[in-house]
Amino acid sequence: MTTTTTPVPAGVPAGSGPWRLARAELLRRTSVKISLGVVALFLLMAAGAPLLSALCGFTPEEFDKTAVDPYLGGRPIGPLGGVSADHWLGVEPLTGRDLFARVVHGAQVSLLIALTATAIVVVTGTAAGIAAGYFGGRVDAVLSRLMDLTMSFPSLIFMIAMLSVAKDVNRVLLMTAVIGLFGWPGIARVVRGQTLSLKRREYVDAARVSGSGPWRILTRAILPGVAGPVIAYTTLIVPGMIATEAALSYLGVGVRPPTPSWGQMIAESVAFYDTDPMYFVIPSTCLFLTVLAFTLLGDALRDVLDPRSARA
Amino acid sequence: MILYIGRRLLGVIGVLVAIAAVTFTIFYVLPSDPAAAACGKSCSTERLTAIRAHMGLDQPLWRQFADFVTGIFTGRTLGGGQYALHCAFPCLGYSYENSEAVWDLLMDRLPVSASLALGAAVLWLLLGLGAGVTAALRKDTLTDRVLMVGAVAAASLPVYFTSMTLIYGIVRTAGLLPYPQYVPFGDDPVHWASNLLLPWLALAVLYAAMYARQSRGSMIETMAEPYIRTARAKGLPRRTVVVKHGLRAGMTPVLTLFGMDLGGLLAGAVITESLFGLPGIGRLFYGALSTGDQPVVLGVTLLAAAFIVVANLAVDLLYAVVDPRVRY
Repeated sequence: MTTTTTPVPAGVPAGSGPWRLARAELLRRTSVKISLGVVALFLLMAAGAPLLSALCGFTPEEFDKTAVDPYLGGRPIGPLGGVSADHWLGVEPLTGRDLFARVVHGAQVSLLIALTATAIVVVTGTAAGIAAGYFGGRVDAVLSRLMDLTMSFPSLIFMIAMLSVAKDVNRVLLMTAVIGLFGWPGIARVVRGQTLSLKRREYVDAARVSGSGPWRILTRAILPGVAGPVIAYTTLIVPGMIATEAALSYLGVGVRPPTPSWGQMIAESVAFYDTDPMYFVIPSTCLFLTVLAFTLLGDALRDVLDPRSARA
Repeated sequence: MILYIGRRLLGVIGVLVAIAAVTFTIFYVLPSDPAAAACGKSCSTERLTAIRAHMGLDQPLWRQFADFVTGIFTGRTLGGGQYALHCAFPCLGYSYENSEAVWDLLMDRLPVSASLALGAAVLWLLLGLGAGVTAALRKDTLTDRVLMVGAVAAASLPVYFTSMTLIYGIVRTAGLLPYPQYVPFGDDPVHWASNLLLPWLALAVLYAAMYARQSRGSMIETMAEPYIRTARAKGLPRRTVVVKHGLRAGMTPVLTLFGMDLGGLLAGAVITESLFGLPGIGRLFYGALSTGDQPVVLGVTLLAAAFIVVANLAVDLLYAVVDPRVRY
């Protein structure tokens, strides 16, 4: 957002490739280092969830009646919502389920859904965008109509409705599919525009003249050209995906209890806001930090990899 | 221009019919049998058949859909014989839950959702554009950095957090404002506003941050255009240059965003309404889902889609007004 021309960062030999330059430029920024750290932390947390909860000694679904006070309406015993040597982040009111274990497993569910949905969106969006931009004509017309149509869907309302009527198969899979279904037009538009400007470049003509087939041109000439914006855009849609997963789980159409997810924990904790604010604060903070970290990372990636649209 | 509007309106109707078809297929094919639900536990086969016929569920799906779409434009009669029920234009069917016309239910709740969306929109435009333009004009200064860091942070705040903090801080602890309850604007404008202020703020914080980021970017880009330099060289006051030349053209990307956001919110901010307990369309929708009230679900989805496409059309037409370079 701050620079439009990327100066060669110090410590990188002149003549280095564009990716190496981009990496050096990114790592120069403090915000990138911090947000990478936060993202890595949460990813590790999600990946190592079973290990971490084994370490703290509680599974996310395990009740601990000794941690709550039955005479005070099930309020956690101890300061800050029941923080103790056993329960590092306190416990849930009434049940005494360990919040650390739940938040860590919640990260697993939330991030798994958000990242898989992002992957679906990016793959379909890029494919549709490249096809629409490169082939033009009827392909473009059909795909562009489809993009307009998908964007006219009231997506959140539609997602809620679909999830609530769908048969109970695999909730995680279902949510991923439903969230992924509505996200692709945004990235498809970006890629389509980029492809349109790339396909008339000399090097693409050269590939065509030298006898490359469309598949080879698309994968070897066009795809590397759109990779920068796609990577930046991908990082920027992750926060939206995380927030959508949280919203759906908050509304009770997401993963089914007792499986924890951040949105669902927030929904449950709202009722205890007066008596046990920490219960609410912990999943909210996790949500806030991941969304913030992905946004900062995406901003920086866009500045470096897609300087033309960085200002918009 | 008129030709353009005509063509776009046809497109709008096409999109809505397509969305209705998709929604219809999903919600009438997938879920449980509404006739069985209406019939109750001890239900004889004859009675079930009669109810299915009354609801039109014995017809093939395409026929049900055709009837539904015709009903929207002309009204239709549901069922036959002594149970015949006329559903007037614009007919979206009757709620399975309380047998009220879906259209009436929607119009009953619309003022709440519209008040919420419009009030929040005014707030977030003021806050967002104000911060964005200020940051753009002071690019790379401390003000710019502080505003933009604030915007990123605010955009990342979960709406639950903002809402609950507002309720807890301002209502419970300080007692400055009442717990939000919807008061119709016509009854008492002051109470209407004071009751809605918190939900407005909660929504506005989220959106203002996005608008600040977007408008800063597009303002910086616009202010670098040659015609801005020309305007300045002519000796126009800075204010005129910024507002008349810069802001007008710089606002087109923001306008696109605004159309989509406002269109989406008009048909109910499901989460905000549930956090603040406002009886808007979002709540109606949510309630209808839990009872499997498909006509209401379909009605809300269609209304929401209609708001989105109409808002997009309005935005495209406004382009010509805002940006003198756009002509249809």
